[in-house]
Amino acid sequence: MSLDALLSTANLEAFYGDFQALFGIDFSVSAGETVAIIGANGAGKSTFLKSLVGLLSNSPESIHFDGQAIGAMPPSRGVDLGLALVPEGRRLFGSLTVEENLIIGGQHTRRQGHWTLETVYDLFPVLAERRKNPGQALSGGQQQMVAIGRALLSNPRVLLCDEISLGLAPIVIKDIYAAVPRIREEGTAMVVVEQDINQALAVADRLYCFQEGRVSLEGAPDALSREAIKAAYFGLGAAA
Amino acid sequence: MEQLFEVLTSPLRLLDILIDGVSSGAQYALFAAGLSLIFGIMRLVNLAHGDFIILAAYILFAISWALGALGLAPELNPVLALVLAAPILFALGYAVQRGVLNNTLGKDILPPLLVTFALSVIIQNGLFLVFSPDTRSIDGGALSTAGIDIGYRQVPLLSIITVAVAVAVIGGLQTLFFRTPLGRDFRAVSDDPEIAQLMGINRRHVFALAMGVAMIVVAIAGVMFGLAGSFDPYLGPTRLLSAFEAVIIGGVGSLWGTLAGGAILGIAEQFGSRAFGEAFKQISGHVAFLLILLIRPRGLFPRAKD
Repeated sequence: MSLDALLSTANLEAFYGDFQALFGIDFSVSAGETVAIIGANGAGKSTFLKSLVGLLSNSPESIHFDGQAIGAMPPSRGVDLGLALVPEGRRLFGSLTVEENLIIGGQHTRRQGHWTLETVYDLFPVLAERRKNPGQALSGGQQQMVAIGRALLSNPRVLLCDEISLGLAPIVIKDIYAAVPRIREEGTAMVVVEQDINQALAVADRLYCFQEGRVSLEGAPDALSREAIKAAYFGLGAAA
Repeated sequence: MEQLFEVLTSPLRLLDILIDGVSSGAQYALFAAGLSLIFGIMRLVNLAHGDFIILAAYILFAISWALGALGLAPELNPVLALVLAAPILFALGYAVQRGVLNNTLGKDILPPLLVTFALSVIIQNGLFLVFSPDTRSIDGGALSTAGIDIGYRQVPLLSIITVAVAVAVIGGLQTLFFRTPLGRDFRAVSDDPEIAQLMGINRRHVFALAMGVAMIVVAIAGVMFGLAGSFDPYLGPTRLLSAFEAVIIGGVGSLWGTLAGGAILGIAEQFGSRAFGEAFKQISGHVAFLLILLIRPRGLFPRAKD
């Protein structure tokens, strides 16, 4: 764990009832840094993000944000600290319009910054055209843009993105990832959970690979060989 | 059969059924609006809703009586009493939701049913202890007897006011729900409670506010009910039944549907009582309810999702 970490976990464990999903995760992301988490289905990536935002309760000291122990905070607190999640499957509010979905992202926090309705429409111009539509009426890619915009409107210090490319056509994925540099420009740190290794390698300063609830590999993308990543991803073992 | 034939062949008798049906239907819609709001937002079936209405009627009765003792004009008392009672009932709703009902909400639907059933019993017996089993009504002064001449008969002014109030309440709730930040929170929490929390929305607070708003509607329902007739501590469950039927006929989650549901229920009752005799009044409403469920199991105006 680096000393200047903005968000970090130490020996984080997570449970669903009796089932243990995470076994002692040590993780950190610094201000402005983009970190990717890769891993197969069921490796614990989404569980990890849920723990970070308080949807799963942990021991207070297992997660720190800007010096505060937040492992046991209620999920409604994160937004004020500057922690925002783009959830897996987008999870837009079905009875809200596109614009309402965006507004509600920034409505319950006093945090101010670069991201407003205007700057989000500037980032994803197609959303401005469809602002009055119900969120569900949009294409998958556009819904993903709304989910990202909704999280941005709270002007987070750390943006957590859970599988934002899942189920989207490659050309749409390209559009969505084109927004990443502009989000980083504002100094926002990002944690990007991906199943697509190439996408993760392209965008990340540092990479974590999860396997069966543990960190199986960590490092900068150019310092890691393809073989090492493959082994850590699929669990083929060091010998393979 | 003679009676039925006479009703069906007389335009004025049919018009009577329409007028009186819509005005009692407006009252059902007022009973139902709060129930619909609460179920729509937090999927809570409040079995004490009818008793909340009777409780509100008693609170309004007490305030109105006290105002009368101060020598204010009786026509003004119900309005003044409502203005005074609304904050009390809002606070009560907030407290009950925050202190009790929030703890019952979860995947299991049984705890809220049991707890609201218990609340229903507590309210009935509490009212019995404080106010005795005597029937009461809210004194509207000249308002209670005034009517408007429409040529062949008088329409009670109170009926017209009830319809206007029901439309205003439903319209107001609709506006609150779809045009205000609070309504946006209500809808977001109802759509996806987990993600709503991540937006910084405190679900327990939002639910409590919703119950507070529902209790203001309950206060309005209580004053119209208390002005229209007499009530006693045990009338709640029958109000609840009408309210349920109005909500379900209209389609769960649709506020204007609830108004339509109330009107259909009221018209069916008036038709039954005039065509087959007074004894058939309530059963006619229930039959209409069942028929509509047969034809449209999700009600007339169901919400697109669920």
